Amino acid sequence: MFERYGGRNGRFFLIAERDQKFIGFIIGEVRAWEFGSPPCGWIFALGVDPDVRLGGVASRLFESICGKFSEIGVDMVRTMLPVDDHLNMSFFRSQGMKGGPFIQLEKHLTDG
Amino acid sequence: MKLQKATRCALFAVLELASDPQRQLSATEIADKYSLSSNHLAKVLRDLGRAGLVESVRGAGGGYRFSGNAKRATLFDVIKIFEDIDADCLINPEPGDDTDIGQALCMAMQEIDSIARGTLMSITIQTLLKSIHWNRERLPQAETETP
Repeated sequence: MFERYGGRNGRFFLIAERDQKFIGFIIGEVRAWEFGSPPCGWIFALGVDPDVRLGGVASRLFESICGKFSEIGVDMVRTMLPVDDHLNMSFFRSQGMKGGPFIQLEKHLTDG
Repeated sequence: MKLQKATRCALFAVLELASDPQRQLSATEIADKYSLSSNHLAKVLRDLGRAGLVESVRGAGGGYRFSGNAKRATLFDVIKIFEDIDADCLINPEPGDDTDIGQALCMAMQEIDSIARGTLMSITIQTLLKSIHWNRERLPQAETETP
C-alpha cells in the first residue's frame, strides 16, 4: 500500500511519528471523478493511534495532505464515508468539510 | 427540514452559551438577542439543564452557562431532546403505511432521515461555532452577527 501510494502520480501516503513511533497515517490521491467533475484531492483512509487521539495528529495529517493536493494544483478535497461513521465524519467536518453536491447511489445487482 | 420552536430556542441558547463557556447569560438576554419568547426559552433551558448541556448559576450576575462538552456534543444531542426523531413508519406506522405505496414512500423517507441523522450526529457544537468563522473568512463582505 505504501509503495502504491507513497507520493507517486498524485498519490500520497503520509504517516505521523512521535519519538520514532508510528502514530497515524492518511492516504489520498488526486483524481477526476464521475460526471464531469474536475480533478480534486480524495482522502480514502485515515487512522490515528487511539492513545494519542484528540492531540491534533489527524488535523496535522489532514493539513499536510491538503498541502500536497494544493501543490498539484487542485483546489478541492473530498472524501466519502458511511453515513453512520460519526467519528470520522465529525473529524472531517471539524476541518471545515461539509456535504457536497454529489450523492452516492447504489443497487444490489441481484435486484430486479 | 423544519425544526419545532422549542428546538430552535434550544439550539440558539446552547450555541450562544457555548460560544463563551465562562460567560453567564439570563434567559431574557438570550431571548432578546434572538427574538424568542423568554417564557418559552426559560422552559427550554430547564430541559437543557436536565440534559447536562447548560447549568444555572444563582446569585448576583447569575444566569445560565454552557456545561456540556462542545467537542463531543452534537446538534443531534440537542435536537433529540425536543423532537421525536425516532418516529418513522416502521416504529410508528400510520394508516396506509402497510400498502405497497406506503412502504415505498416509507423507504424514501427513511433514506432522507438517514442522511439527516448522519449530518446532525456529525456536527459538534464546536464545529458549528467554528463554521461561523469560516463563513466570515470566506465571505468577508457578509454581515454576520457575533454569536
